[in-house]
Amino acid sequence: MSDWESVIGLEIHAQLATRSKIFSGASTAFGAEPNTQACAVDLGMPGVLPVLNREAVNMAIRFGVAIDAEIDHHSVFARKNYFYPDLPKGYQISQYELPIVGKGHVFISPSEGEHLEIGITRAHLEEDAGKSIHDLFPEQTGIDLNRAGTPLLEIVSEPDMRSAKQAVAYARKIHSLVRYLEICDGNMQEGSFRCDANVSVRRKGEQKLGTRAELKNINSFRFLERAINFEIERQINLNEDGASVVQETRLYDAERDETRSMRSKEEANDYRYFPDPDLLPVVITDADIARIRDALPELPEQKKQRYINDLGLSDYNAELLTANRETAAYFEDALGDAPDQCAQLANWILGDLAGALNRAGLEITAAPITPTMLAQLMQRISDNTISGKIAKEVFEAMWQGEGAADDIIEARGLKQITDSGAIEALIDAVIAANPGQVEQFRAGKEKVLGFFVGQVMKQSQGKANPGQVNQVLRDKLKP
Amino acid sequence: MSLGVNEIRRGLAKGKFSSVEITRDYLARIARYNPTLNCFISVTDEIALAQARAADAALAKGNAGTLTGVPLAHKDLFCTDGVRTSCASRILDNFIAPYDATVVANFKRDGAVMLGKTNMDEFAMGSSNENSYYGSVANPWNTGHVPGGSSGGSAAAVAAGLAPGATGTDTGGSIRQPAALCGVTGIKPTYGRVSRYGMIAYGSSLDQGGPFARSAEDCALLLQTMSGFDARDSTSSEQAVPDFGAALGRGIDGLRIGLPKEYFADGLDGRIAAVIETAIGELRRLGADIRDISLPNTRLSIPTYYVVAMAECSSNLARFDGVRFGYRCENPVDLEDLYKRSRGEGFGAEVKRRIMIGTYALSAGYYDAYYLKAQQLRRMIKDDFQQAFTDVDLILGPTTPEVAFRIGAKTDDPVSMYLQDIYTISLNLAGLPGMSLPVGFVDGLPVGMQLIGNYFDEAGLLNAAHSYQQVTDWHLQAPELEA
Repeated sequence: MSDWESVIGLEIHAQLATRSKIFSGASTAFGAEPNTQACAVDLGMPGVLPVLNREAVNMAIRFGVAIDAEIDHHSVFARKNYFYPDLPKGYQISQYELPIVGKGHVFISPSEGEHLEIGITRAHLEEDAGKSIHDLFPEQTGIDLNRAGTPLLEIVSEPDMRSAKQAVAYARKIHSLVRYLEICDGNMQEGSFRCDANVSVRRKGEQKLGTRAELKNINSFRFLERAINFEIERQINLNEDGASVVQETRLYDAERDETRSMRSKEEANDYRYFPDPDLLPVVITDADIARIRDALPELPEQKKQRYINDLGLSDYNAELLTANRETAAYFEDALGDAPDQCAQLANWILGDLAGALNRAGLEITAAPITPTMLAQLMQRISDNTISGKIAKEVFEAMWQGEGAADDIIEARGLKQITDSGAIEALIDAVIAANPGQVEQFRAGKEKVLGFFVGQVMKQSQGKANPGQVNQVLRDKLKP
Repeated sequence: MSLGVNEIRRGLAKGKFSSVEITRDYLARIARYNPTLNCFISVTDEIALAQARAADAALAKGNAGTLTGVPLAHKDLFCTDGVRTSCASRILDNFIAPYDATVVANFKRDGAVMLGKTNMDEFAMGSSNENSYYGSVANPWNTGHVPGGSSGGSAAAVAAGLAPGATGTDTGGSIRQPAALCGVTGIKPTYGRVSRYGMIAYGSSLDQGGPFARSAEDCALLLQTMSGFDARDSTSSEQAVPDFGAALGRGIDGLRIGLPKEYFADGLDGRIAAVIETAIGELRRLGADIRDISLPNTRLSIPTYYVVAMAECSSNLARFDGVRFGYRCENPVDLEDLYKRSRGEGFGAEVKRRIMIGTYALSAGYYDAYYLKAQQLRRMIKDDFQQAFTDVDLILGPTTPEVAFRIGAKTDDPVSMYLQDIYTISLNLAGLPGMSLPVGFVDGLPVGMQLIGNYFDEAGLLNAAHSYQQVTDWHLQAPELEA
């Protein structure tokens, strides 16, 4: 196995979050009754003409600027000709030569400390097809054209990835980016964000690319990783058995966790691309690009660098906090309320909060603990109102909806005891009750100090300040 | 009856007759002569009379539009809401459009009355109107001859007085050539002047709608209604539309008119050349400055056109697949059978020929040699005209190399048929406006003269044609009809 190197490139289709379709005024909302959101243009009626939705172009430019890509001032829509019942016009309006977004790149961190630059060959605009529904009517196929004409940005990477893990890191990066840019909702279940993977293998050291297979029908990052790993292994086995890999499209079957060949007939298509005479070339001026660049939000990479440089966060935490815009927004909201609690907040968000969200299957935007609530909790640790340990209890209570940190501390009487008189009284009682252990300590058995601390904390129900307890105990136990 | 659009308009305004009366007259003429001429695929009596009644009411109230109450006909590739739009094809024989083409909507807006939908070559592919699912159209001047195509029904209807004006479309000459062969006036405006929305596409980068009428003055009025930017057609122009009627009567004294030597070379019937010479003499008498020019790439226009138009049509006609509308074959066994038989049975021979040639020209390995090369030639043809227009204001020549030929004479020889468009086709490739007006007869059949203008100079064309028509009466000639 180790003799082989895999080479992976991804084609990602991101559905752009425009309100109307790319070439018609029909709505793009998901989930409507079949064929209720398809107008004459979407239906490919005789005589109708497409009119470009400029918002889709602006979104594509936004993406291009964010990946530092070349953006041509002159871009052309082309017809991709093929027959299929859910493709109403008998051609898809796409881009072939002269896409809107040219060469660009993103950086990924597949694991802690690992940084890779992944090239993006191009990103072009196109219209989506409708859906064929094969299981609704016996011996008939239903066609729903609601999706026909929905704008897609097809993002094509260079074959720069060498493992399924890298491919997933790249896909997540693009997913995060399009959501940061607010150009795609990223919903993989509804098909708003789809990944096809081109996979090939070659012997290590070989320059020439092996024959590739294109994997389709992958609707989660988990399946993307599995599909690629399955395919890598299949191709290595083929090579080692002396057989050859066939260039083809393969569908991933999540239930059986394998890839299967599609009919080779589909591959024999000659799409007869040519510029669409119904649409004028898209003209993009430097001013258009500048305006879009200026309106760009802070991007994950910039954010991450700011977290490292200005907030002093670790590279790893900065990467995780900026991985999606909702997490970063949560962090920044909380930080606004507790500006000096940066490191604590990062640890709690990525630790306790992430764990709780994960167990509950919730997105961070639906967390029962608001950023303000978490910020208050951090402050109560910092000002010694509670200990870190008690904070976990308060966190749990906030998660259960018992209110804000201060209310819970008050209601449950969790306020840390810092009154030295009270602490001394507790310590005196513990010392008096355990004369044997006092002797052991005085005889040089330092470890017994832990026992005393434990006892005092227990007596205080965890509320005594542990540092103070430690100090006073040492003083009192001195021979 | 040989009333023109403007005469009807004046008659209605003065109350000489009502719109219902004149509409009934036209419907009666259609009923009488259409069985012989076959100009109409659909006659919309009820709609026409309802619109005429509404027009009379508007006229009575004094809030008439520019064409209120004037009966007109539409080529059957303009979509008409609720009325069959067949494109003269079996595949759309049952197609009732759920919307109006912008052109049709504009005529409604201005108050025109729709008499019906006119015959044409199937999907506008042809130069004789013999490629119609609904049969050939007869030339009113000699019913054994073709009316030209593809807008043959509209041209013949105007020539025969079955409509005072009609719409057509011109992809390679489909307004100008039938106008010439039927002895009427027709104008193809600059590409982008008239919206293509709802006009069923043949060659999208070439197609342009325009009117037929009995005179340049009438064409000016109809073109006014048809023109203008349309947000639903990205290729329509935002160029301001001048008042075409107001531009008439400027005269042509000092107008520089170029005669391309390539338009008077081999292949042109000498008798047509003589008729055109006479017309040139008239223009010279009106003060025109006649000059010789050259359009050296004229001979390349036919091969270029047939690659571009067929490539585009092969894709444009893919939507006629039997799935959502139009003809579907009986009992398809599977999807492929559904496609193959619906299209095989739905399209006629010429349409299939052009789809196949276009598909071939766009195929992998041939694209560069055909489609891309054709685009390069297209640029050269355009440059020829641009060069010529540095020296002249208008270009003049014959519209066609021959007068109307006998029905069936060229059906077995597509290339000879394609050559009918030699003088008209290059304008579509360049996107320039052109018009044809009647200037005489050969063998009792009309001869058309073509005027070519610079971009968006329809007003200049109409003015020159109008000047000529002020001193001649060829455009007033009408054929004797057999009922």
